[in-house]
Amino acid sequence: MGFFEGLLFLLWTVFKIALIIVPLILSVAYLTYAERKVIGAIQVRKGPNRVGFFGLLQPFADVLKLLTKEVLVPTNSHRFLFMIAPILSLGAAFAAWAVIPFSDTAILADVNAGLLYVLALTSLGVYGVIIAGWASNSKYAFLGAMRSAAQIVAYEIAMGFALVGVLMVSGSLNLGDIVDAQRGNIFHWFWLPLFPLFIVYFISGVAETNRAPFDVAEGESEIVAGFHVDYSGMAFALFFLAEYANMIMIAALAVIMFLGGWLSPVPFLPDGMGWFFAKTAFMLFFFLWFRATFPRYRYDQIMRLGWKVFIPVTIVWITVEAVAILLEIAPWFDIRAVGAA
Amino acid sequence: MPEIRNYTLNFGPQHPAAHGVLRLILEMDGEVIERADPHVGLLHRGTEKLAESKPYNQSIGYMDRLDYVSMMCNEHGYVMAIENLLGVEVPERAQYIRVMFDEITRILNHLMWIGAHGLDVGAMSMFLYAFREREDLMDCYEAVSGARLHATYYRPGGVARDLPDTMPQYESSRFRSKNNASKLNEARQGSLLDFLEDFTNRFPGCVDEYETLLTDNRIWKQRLVGIGVVSPERALQLGFTGPMLRGSGIEWDLRKKQPYEVYDRMKFDIPVGVEGDSYDRYLVRMEEMRQSNEIIKQCIAWLRVNPGPVLTEDHKVAPPRRAEMKGDMESLIHHFKLFTEGFCLPEGESYAAIEHPKGEFGCYLISDGANKPYRLKVRAAGFYHLAALNEMVNGHMLSDVVAVIGTQDVVFGEIDR
Repeated sequence: MGFFEGLLFLLWTVFKIALIIVPLILSVAYLTYAERKVIGAIQVRKGPNRVGFFGLLQPFADVLKLLTKEVLVPTNSHRFLFMIAPILSLGAAFAAWAVIPFSDTAILADVNAGLLYVLALTSLGVYGVIIAGWASNSKYAFLGAMRSAAQIVAYEIAMGFALVGVLMVSGSLNLGDIVDAQRGNIFHWFWLPLFPLFIVYFISGVAETNRAPFDVAEGESEIVAGFHVDYSGMAFALFFLAEYANMIMIAALAVIMFLGGWLSPVPFLPDGMGWFFAKTAFMLFFFLWFRATFPRYRYDQIMRLGWKVFIPVTIVWITVEAVAILLEIAPWFDIRAVGAA
Repeated sequence: MPEIRNYTLNFGPQHPAAHGVLRLILEMDGEVIERADPHVGLLHRGTEKLAESKPYNQSIGYMDRLDYVSMMCNEHGYVMAIENLLGVEVPERAQYIRVMFDEITRILNHLMWIGAHGLDVGAMSMFLYAFREREDLMDCYEAVSGARLHATYYRPGGVARDLPDTMPQYESSRFRSKNNASKLNEARQGSLLDFLEDFTNRFPGCVDEYETLLTDNRIWKQRLVGIGVVSPERALQLGFTGPMLRGSGIEWDLRKKQPYEVYDRMKFDIPVGVEGDSYDRYLVRMEEMRQSNEIIKQCIAWLRVNPGPVLTEDHKVAPPRRAEMKGDMESLIHHFKLFTEGFCLPEGESYAAIEHPKGEFGCYLISDGANKPYRLKVRAAGFYHLAALNEMVNGHMLSDVVAVIGTQDVVFGEIDR
């Protein structure tokens, strides 16, 4: 590859990254809006309705407000770590999007070990939280960081095991191939044969993103805001952005691995990116619904749920699955036929 | 290796779960509480001292501001202490009105409690559901007294005025469509009693709604069952009253045990707990809301058919009617004397206690014969409950502290006074 071709490739890649990141940031903005509207509806109130039509400009007003605010750095904090933490959070949350296939052609990096890459990056996100909690030099923030660290370890394992189930039936770590393995109609998707894993995966995902009812790391009424209690202005907004980008990520992954990605649920409708987005939005709705409905778990109860319930469930189901694969139960577990095609 | 030590955590007064201005110094071993030390007094306004410098009838308004989520009950304790010393007769209708508003206040208080408790434990929708119903009861306060919170409605010798025949209406505005306003006004077409009756008919459904969200919710139970257990003996020793005592299984309710006003004519049950944990106290309070609803219904039925005076005719204590004042010299003098120097109480002391939503609320008055109290002491239930906080949270985790503060239903207006 010559210099100019290299440069062209670089520019093209940067363009493609922008093509993912900009809509992502926009969807984060409108996810916050949707959250406030949905929870508002659940709580018999209106939600934002002053800025723009139906409050549609509210996210921009919020961003403007946060941008103009000062980023306070506490005197006794570790300045460098304090500033790097939100960037680390956000970086990991964005980078994971590189391997997400929006349709059979729309993907930034078609990596073979896509699933591993995603797992690695979502785990990396917790460093942002831990570093933020540590660098703030506040007891509240530190408690939040400790809680978050323990929680992520527990749920990463449950989540990993759930994904092992997926890669067993699909026979691939490539996210595109995983979707292809679910070709057919709505009953060919993996949510049906892997139902327990789907549930475990999604709940772990909620825990992984520190969302209610697992939001002990920020536990509003206990440790005020947890790890980001000392952050203000744009630094705070970056954490916020990362949390919501991770939410969309978890929803998108659930769609890819259990709900057939861009595949159409019925044979007479064409496949396409629209399905992917619709399904992701559907999964995201659950995040909001959970938040409005459930009380918060206590920290040790979350641990118990992760270690004593989810991990055993996944192990049992993986065993069941292995037997099913040996017996080649169609249409899901006849892997060799899929592999050959 | 450095030595591992406990650390202290300053919890509040600027804390979302501090219920106002609670400051706790927590000594913690990781997430586990070793010692919780409540620091009170941040909302001290010297109510008792202020009362010493004002005629008796001018301190009623201060009582509202003690426990500012159950206003009329505070007034009730105070005016009862005065009535005891004066020996003034309260008209029957006024007694029914007082009982009715005490129970409205109990529901108001418990709604605030379930909202705040839910919020503490993380169920944030509860807060808004509870406030939806609270709004209607606030309207009742407004209808009788003109104020939504600090009513100053009870007076020595009765209540300020009779129940109104109309309810305040919603108006349509830029923010509220005509349709919406007329829908809200539907129940407000008749008198206050009609409105309240409509409320009592739909309120049990609302409580069912809250219970659907919480009572059998696994997370809610995990957060409350076995948290802050107080044994019946210990509850008595600590001076617990109200739902805190009943949650521990002791059937004690001043409304039944030493009935005041017309409580002896009311049919209602006292719910008691078994385990003495936060979950039992939750169940007790939920049931109390239903019982209060029944009492309100009985009061409405009586008040509808029994008109009559609501304030004593003794014009040394209660102001004469406006019309009389215009033509009658005596009445004018009474009015002038009452609103300038108030009335004098015979020398002596009295203690009047009522079953406040939070427990026993008592006023201890010492009179030296002047028009001001020599000393007023307010017994606020929350103070004794908060004093037991350390015992209740010891060995639990940080999240449980918040749940226990919620279950104690502390309000700092009455604790700090």
